[in-house]
Amino acid sequence: MRVLLVDDEAELVSTLAERLSFRGIEADWVTTGEEALKQVEEQRYAVGVLDVKIPRISGLALKKRLEEKCPEMKFIFLTGHGSEEDFLIGSAEAGADYYLIKPVDLNLLIEKLNEITKK
Amino acid sequence: MDLLRKLKPKFWDHYDVASGPQKQLFNFRRIWLLAVLWTVGVSLVPLIFITVLDYRATRKGIESEIRLRTARLVSNTRRSVTFFLEERLSAIQFITRLQPCRDFGNSGQLREILENLKQSFGGFVDLGIIDAEGNQRTYAGPFPLAGKNYRDQEWFQQAVRKGHYISDVFLGYRRMPHLVIAVKHQLNDGSYHLLRATLDMERFNQLISGLEISGSGDALLINHRGVLQTPSRLYGPVLQDIALPIPTFSSKTEVLEERNLKGEPLIVGYAYIADSPFILMIVKQRKELMKEWYWTRVELLGFLGLSIVVILIVILGTATYLVEQIYLADQRRVAMLHKVEYANKLASIGRLAAGVAHEINNPLAIINEKAGLIKDIFSFKREFQAEPRLIALMDSIIASVERCAAVTRRLLRFARHMEVSIQTINLEEVVREVLGFIGKEAEYRDIAVSVQVQGEIPPFESDRGKLQQIFLNIINNALAAIGDGGRLDILLRRVDERSVSVTFIDNGRGIPAEDLKRVFEPFFTTKASQGGTGLGLSITYGLVQELGGSIQVESTVGKGTRFAVHLPLKYEKRSREIDASTVSG
Repeated sequence: MRVLLVDDEAELVSTLAERLSFRGIEADWVTTGEEALKQVEEQRYAVGVLDVKIPRISGLALKKRLEEKCPEMKFIFLTGHGSEEDFLIGSAEAGADYYLIKPVDLNLLIEKLNEITKK
Repeated sequence: MDLLRKLKPKFWDHYDVASGPQKQLFNFRRIWLLAVLWTVGVSLVPLIFITVLDYRATRKGIESEIRLRTARLVSNTRRSVTFFLEERLSAIQFITRLQPCRDFGNSGQLREILENLKQSFGGFVDLGIIDAEGNQRTYAGPFPLAGKNYRDQEWFQQAVRKGHYISDVFLGYRRMPHLVIAVKHQLNDGSYHLLRATLDMERFNQLISGLEISGSGDALLINHRGVLQTPSRLYGPVLQDIALPIPTFSSKTEVLEERNLKGEPLIVGYAYIADSPFILMIVKQRKELMKEWYWTRVELLGFLGLSIVVILIVILGTATYLVEQIYLADQRRVAMLHKVEYANKLASIGRLAAGVAHEINNPLAIINEKAGLIKDIFSFKREFQAEPRLIALMDSIIASVERCAAVTRRLLRFARHMEVSIQTINLEEVVREVLGFIGKEAEYRDIAVSVQVQGEIPPFESDRGKLQQIFLNIINNALAAIGDGGRLDILLRRVDERSVSVTFIDNGRGIPAEDLKRVFEPFFTTKASQGGTGLGLSITYGLVQELGGSIQVESTVGKGTRFAVHLPLKYEKRSREIDASTVSG
């Protein structure tokens, strides 16, 4: 399984990617939407983990663009404004598979990643 | 004093320190005063003006009526007196013209004539014939006056000069008051004699004393020198000088105002009686005559007084009611403004909290991930596994991050609840959430806080944010009242099918009875010096009303206070009303 992490906080995504790799999940990370779009052309990803707030493009819009390129790709959203209701609204509107709150619980993320890829 | 305090309207002691340049606009006492003064002025001035006019017109009418009546009486009496005298003068003149047929030198004949006169006219006492020398030649009457000489007497001289004469009252030889009518009879040979008749004073006096005079009045005759010619009830017997000025001559009947020796006002009507020395006077007490006016005046002034009292009561009542309504409306407006202000302030705090939480969340996430990574490295690389303390330290960092995250999540949730939303509520969870905010303060001050749930409380629809605010306000108030080491018990209870209650019981210092009635009033505060706005409980009250519930407070000074909030299990939107009708004390 290969995962693409998109968040403007490079420190956060780079660390997250490294920690995932410790657990046998290959993860690439980018900090902008443009980079993410470029990245999917070079590499196929099972799941995209997107921040809802990325400079110049919203997480929701980016998800739509990425979906056009890779229809089989699944998505998990990350947000600083965490709440269960946000999750419900976000997932219903954007069709995200999961919605996680920062700071991210790594075990929960891995659990969700496994769940999605098994579907 | 108690009644006065009860009657005193609410706005009377109102002073809005915050009204600023519009102070005049919200000076309700001034508005009330202006309203009262203008309406009183506009209604009373014409009333008093009309009453004064009516007062003067009525008095003038009564006065002129009195003068008119007096004048009429004087005029009628003058006619009677004149007729009485003229009738007798004519009779005497008639007798003198009969001279050729009569021999007046014969006293027997004279007596016969006197008898006839007495029977035909009445009022005669005696008759006498006086020659040109003044000697009484013949006399018929009861007095021994035959042979008396009258040459020096005034009536004799006047009668000789004028042809006839009516004397004023005098004593004469008989030493009794009497008056004389004398007629001169010119004979063909140039000589003359006088026929003199004395009038009966009793008959003469009856002319005057028989009058009915109102106002404790008196009728009298005086001569031109001011000597009484008839006896007077008020001014003494005949021939006494009258204690009144002699009225000036007028050919008509006159009425004038005088004062007697005591200074009392009198109405004096008089007339000079032609061809005689008499002045007829009718004197009345002005005070007596004006008695009628006195009652009219009492009626008039009574009506005025009553009208003024009724007008004042109506005006005061209406003005007080209207200004009170304006005041209440203004209080509602001010309370609304403050509520909006308060809500805005809370919304700002919410936005601020959300911003802070979001900004902290990102670095927190980084710390979390970095710590996680270090832990991973220690876990996955064998050379570090000999140091179990490192893993424990990392776990501690991660646990702290989780605590921070819990705080930011709570802040975000609090901020979001500033917006109104109805949702399914777990009441106990909401109470505990609020306690989470102030838990630390209670802990530091060693206040024991307990939450007890009696019976099963089902989840119900309500506004989570409002409930939080209600509970937060009440708990904050309780904490302010409780001393260090005190306790706060929160009791959640299912009241009946349709409602639940949350009761907050503290063992704080309590609220005095007189303050208890006012705790829900806007701006009522006992904590002004500590920055209290007096809005907390008023807003709480409003919020409870909005949720369709009610709030009660009971308190005993020194023992504690008990706030009970009743909430309906079914949410119905209600408009907020500021009144304390459901407040029980």
